Amino acid sequence: MTHTKEDIVSLLSEIPDPEIPVISISELGILRSVEVEGEKVIVTITPTYSGCPAMRAIEDEIKVKLHEQGIKDVEVKLVYSPVWTTDWMNEEAKEKLRKYGISPPGKRSLKNLISGDRQVACPRCGSTDVKLVSLFGSTACKALYTCNACREPFDQFKCH
Amino acid sequence: MTKSINELISEYALRIGDTSLILGQRLGEWCGHGPILEEDIALTNISLDLIGQSRAFLTYAGSLEEKKRTEDELAFFRDAREYKNTLLAEQPNGDFAQTILRQLFISTFQYYFFDKLKQSKDAMFAGLAEKSFKEVAYHVRHATEWTYRLGDGTKESNDKMKHALSELWRYTGDLFLMNETDKILIKEGIAVDLHEVKKDWEKKIREVFLQATLVFPEDNFMITGGILGNHTEYLGHILAEMQILPRSYPGAEW
Repeated sequence: MTHTKEDIVSLLSEIPDPEIPVISISELGILRSVEVEGEKVIVTITPTYSGCPAMRAIEDEIKVKLHEQGIKDVEVKLVYSPVWTTDWMNEEAKEKLRKYGISPPGKRSLKNLISGDRQVACPRCGSTDVKLVSLFGSTACKALYTCNACREPFDQFKCH
Repeated sequence: MTKSINELISEYALRIGDTSLILGQRLGEWCGHGPILEEDIALTNISLDLIGQSRAFLTYAGSLEEKKRTEDELAFFRDAREYKNTLLAEQPNGDFAQTILRQLFISTFQYYFFDKLKQSKDAMFAGLAEKSFKEVAYHVRHATEWTYRLGDGTKESNDKMKHALSELWRYTGDLFLMNETDKILIKEGIAVDLHEVKKDWEKKIREVFLQATLVFPEDNFMITGGILGNHTEYLGHILAEMQILPRSYPGAEW
């Protein structure tokens, strides 16, 4: 049985991100493209951060997922350009993050990159009266905040 | 014998990758030893970014050389003289002040360097530079904020920053060392003219020091040689720790 490019894209879009399982690798922008060459499938992915330790796990999951569908000849390519950005995440994905307890990234700008997101809101109570605890959190893509209104600590997905 | 352009690009990629690798390895030493939990996480996060960057640059370096070495072969099976990292990266962590100041110097350098490398005619360099630049922007912010706090903090923290400065300043000149390789690659539009980076770097460090109540040293005595493989004694010790496993058990996997 042959699979179309569209079949494979929708199949791979089911794979959740290993660190943030509420959004898929496609919503996160890690899955870049799929090419079908006869029996062979070439999947191109890009890392969020250079050192993201989840890349190997994602590669394995792609292979397993396609293997389950009888696709044996799979090549997973890693590209660095065009460079990954949180701007590739749509509003729906951002809302999923918020519901999961992670403050979603704002619009990307150089100013945000150097001085931090201007408007970070608590994912629980919505207050923007928040305090940055650390630029670096539990994963490379997140910063650590505390909400001054409801006193809850929370992760923020850094705009990148 | 003249080197081919690919060999020169490979050498240039090694320099960039080696600096990230050695600094990343150094910062990894803080794991479990950070002064507070958030800093333990921050320093190791930065380490992770750096090692990720080095993997990409070393892989590229290996792909262009005749021996076609992999990233692992380059990282684990070269001796100190074959490493091209900047001398500052291999300097010991010292106390937290010394680690922060080393971060400020190198991250600020990388920030302006990668910003310019984005324009490289070598597409791989341009792509990797764009990615690394965004990550380094966070590293600069982290080191800058701590430099303000420690420099303009208590007498003790200010003393520690001054001590760190006296330990590290003489290695800052090595960041900007260039040789024939640079000359050729700059002409080709591939490499970055470090004279330009130096201007931006000095301006930024002067600004940060002013706010941190630290005095910018006018001492121009510098120890250089990283790109030539002339390292300080500290590199050998790092490599011993980093390389012992793959060298004792070649081909080991887990």
